[in-house]
Amino acid sequence: MAGTTGNVDTRDPLAPDGAAAGPHGGEEPARRRRFGRPVTWVTVLVFGLFFVNLAGVIGVPLVDSFGSRWFTTWLPEGWTTKWYGEAWDEFALGQVFWATALVSLLVVLLSVAIGVPAAYALARRSFPGKKLVLLLFLLPILAPPMTYGIPLATVLYKFHLAGSFTGVVLANLVPSVPFVVLTMTPFIEQIDPRIEAAARMCGAKTTAIFLRILAPLLVPGILAASVLVLVRTVGMFELTFLTAGPESQTLVVALYYAMFSAGIRTQQSIDAMAVMYMFSMLVLLVIALRFVNPTQLVTRVKEEQTEK
Amino acid sequence: MTHFGSLRMEKVSRSFGRFRALRELDLEIEGGEFIALLGPSGCGKSTALNCLAGLLPLTGGAITVDGERIDNVPPERRGFGMVFQNYALFPHLSVHDNVAFGLKMARVPKAERNLRVAQALALVHLAEHARKRPGQLSGGQQQRVAIARAVVLEPRLVLMDEPLSNLDAALRLEMRTEIRRLHQRLGLTTVYVTHDQEEALSLADRLVVLRDGTTQQIGTPEEVYGSPANRYVAGFMGYRNMLDVTVTTGAGAGGDGGRTRVDLADGRLAGTRRDGAPDAGDAVAAVRPEDLDVAAAAGAADSGTDGLDFAVPATVEVVEYHGRELAVQGRLSDGQRVHFRTRTRLAPDDAVELTAPPERVLVFPREEAGAPDPPPRRPAAGETPDPKASEAVAP
Amino acid sequence: MSADAREGRPALRHRLAERGVDRTTMLVLPGVAFLLVLFCYPFVYGLQLSFQPAEGGGPFANYRTFFEDPYLRETIWLTLRLAVPAALINCLAAVPVAFRTRGVFRGRRLVMTLLVMPITLGTVLTAQGLLGYLGANGWFNKILTGIGIIDQPLGLVHNYWGVLASLVISGFPFSYLLTLSYLTGIDPSLERAAATLGASRRQRFRHVLLPLLAPGLAITFCLSFVLAFAVFPSAQLVGDPRGSTHVISIEAYEAAFQQFDYPMGSAIAMIMAAVMLVVVALVLTWRSLLYRGATGGKG
Repeated sequence: MAGTTGNVDTRDPLAPDGAAAGPHGGEEPARRRRFGRPVTWVTVLVFGLFFVNLAGVIGVPLVDSFGSRWFTTWLPEGWTTKWYGEAWDEFALGQVFWATALVSLLVVLLSVAIGVPAAYALARRSFPGKKLVLLLFLLPILAPPMTYGIPLATVLYKFHLAGSFTGVVLANLVPSVPFVVLTMTPFIEQIDPRIEAAARMCGAKTTAIFLRILAPLLVPGILAASVLVLVRTVGMFELTFLTAGPESQTLVVALYYAMFSAGIRTQQSIDAMAVMYMFSMLVLLVIALRFVNPTQLVTRVKEEQTEK
Repeated sequence: MTHFGSLRMEKVSRSFGRFRALRELDLEIEGGEFIALLGPSGCGKSTALNCLAGLLPLTGGAITVDGERIDNVPPERRGFGMVFQNYALFPHLSVHDNVAFGLKMARVPKAERNLRVAQALALVHLAEHARKRPGQLSGGQQQRVAIARAVVLEPRLVLMDEPLSNLDAALRLEMRTEIRRLHQRLGLTTVYVTHDQEEALSLADRLVVLRDGTTQQIGTPEEVYGSPANRYVAGFMGYRNMLDVTVTTGAGAGGDGGRTRVDLADGRLAGTRRDGAPDAGDAVAAVRPEDLDVAAAAGAADSGTDGLDFAVPATVEVVEYHGRELAVQGRLSDGQRVHFRTRTRLAPDDAVELTAPPERVLVFPREEAGAPDPPPRRPAAGETPDPKASEAVAP
Repeated sequence: MSADAREGRPALRHRLAERGVDRTTMLVLPGVAFLLVLFCYPFVYGLQLSFQPAEGGGPFANYRTFFEDPYLRETIWLTLRLAVPAALINCLAAVPVAFRTRGVFRGRRLVMTLLVMPITLGTVLTAQGLLGYLGANGWFNKILTGIGIIDQPLGLVHNYWGVLASLVISGFPFSYLLTLSYLTGIDPSLERAAATLGASRRQRFRHVLLPLLAPGLAITFCLSFVLAFAVFPSAQLVGDPRGSTHVISIEAYEAAFQQFDYPMGSAIAMIMAAVMLVVVALVLTWRSLLYRGATGGKG
């Protein structure tokens, strides 16, 4: 342990490399190698365990979906791709993929259409009750979908909207609209309002300001928000599960039903379906990462702060 | 070029809720004039500019151009140009397109548009950067794009909101000259907002000094610099010493005009009485550091002030080396701080006698209605010898 | 933009604009209306519905049934038994790891991407993977028996442990990223200042970072807990939904959408929300008692 109690750290805390990499950046490599600190051990252990188990969790369905027979051995006895064809037919995945795409695209379009104007108002104006409005936009993101999903689905059933595409889209919009609002508000805040004033002073009317100035500046933010909403909607289980009918199931809900009735299905075709879902999510994730930081999928971590 | 005869602001006011940012500003601007609105941050100068631009609606008063009300005309139809503090260039458009934007909005045909953009860019020496994005330019270049964008429409009024405050000192001087040159060449009526008195004095035909939303003084640079209307304006114009004095009329250099004698700290000075200053009793004498002269240095202190009619004894506390001269902080016998400049070598604890020309000692009333202390000036402007100051001590 | 400045008294529109209410502000209305209809109204409706039991017996019949039937009442305890350890594990593991990795290091983006994966993939896929991975013939048991730690495969699925594992797999990245965001929000110069004042690394952590991080940690714990408390698919798929992982959301779902007793389903959903609120309130009260006056980790 490098810093036992009372052992004052004598290194210059303001050394340039220390400043760049936080308080530990100034550590001499040799010293670090000899006395690995407990924090480092814990980190390696936690990450190691986590990633090994994650690899297992992801690897098992992947291997199984390509295996012919797999019981007690480390790996299957042989390899095949037939499960994919079977899963496609057995679970009517054509319909499921279509439903997933339709729901996600509608959710993205509508949440952008409702969320971006709201984000603009929140970024540009301070008005009485603004804190309350912000809380209203924060709650659906923080509350787990299962909590508000049950009353929401009850209401949707009451108005005969549940079980249809409309119901699924409406339910998925509840967390998506606030998500767009909370991603776009800081984005719009960093666009200087004086740019709009400057356009006005150049003789531009409101429509011209919107079309020629605001829209081009907002495009990157809207793209990022859309991709994030897309990933979250495709992966959203609870809300879709509570509101979907047989025709409007998305992939993740279909996977759940397949697993739930696992006794009467072949395990491998369920795994094949899981791999297809995993693959679509990974494709979306890769696309998403072209636009945003990985952490933005979860929290609004300011990466720039740590990388500066 | 579209000129107006005159633009009148009558009792123009703007409040934000209870806060009165601008109170009853009366100002008449002649076509072709260069007006500077001067004051510290929060004095209402930017509010006044935004009201003029139409970006902020008025809460009272009227603005007329040649007798025609314009305060309810939206900003895009007032035909004014504006240069913003942080440039506010459109980041997604090239320099050329930034300048062309207003012409496009005015539906100017493409050929003429390109010609006028090219002329405007040439005017600000940016012709070779036309294809670049604003982000690729330096601060000074961006500011010049902003100016080109504002003047290319040949607006009847150009509004400038602290256009130089984001630039470093050297660039600021260069751009100041540039703005002056453009005004002389194009003759565009300009309203310029700044907190820098040097900038205002060097650029403007007339100055409007504001404080807490109220007009303090309107006048030419000479008037405002030489005879500030009150203590506050004096403080803002570099009268750094605000000394508590007692006025004793009749004595001293009396006779002409507002000359009077003031007593302070075992000494006395001859001064000029300004509006509202009492005939006798407590008052404040405002003196610039560069107007205080060291009449007698070390050793003279023993003899008191007997040798001189008008002088104040002081003890040197801090001496700063400023190249051609020393900036000295001293203390009077009654504890008041005094700042002065000298070329005499001085060291802390030296005793000195200070004098000042009577016309440079301005006597103001002690109490001004709710007057806080004069605002601190920017250190750079306050501590570097400005041209006028160095003249005073030059051999 | 134009103001009716001719009259002495400004027009109503102007007075509203001064308070920030103008046409631009109105853009917030569609979003607010949407959430009022689809987020707030369902809650109010559900609350009101829960007091109208399907089988009569007074407004509180549903709640009485829930608390009188041990099988139903137990769900609260069973869910807490999963959610509290899961949230604690996730937060306690997140602090040192976030502490160590807050600087810039090679492969940071890769690690972040890997961490985000289980969240992106979702609980259903995690459950599917866990079934195979932790099963009696799965790789996990094979490795342990291979090393010789155990003789018999551990029963890790279709019971408490499977669900806990799933909650950790999907919850840890969440609490880690949240903790990291709070930690990076603390001005690094504070810690450097403490170092110049002679504080050792441990003292810096104990007396500077931890107090600054505490409010953020409390929030992280609350969010992790709330997330784990609403566990549903993994309790069904890798747990024992009739026994040790008969969690409250399963009961709420079954009441509402399998027995079509909407009032009972709503009542259970309300109880679920109430338990969450109680725990969150307890944590936040404890925090404000412990660290009164500490400035938030967010800078």
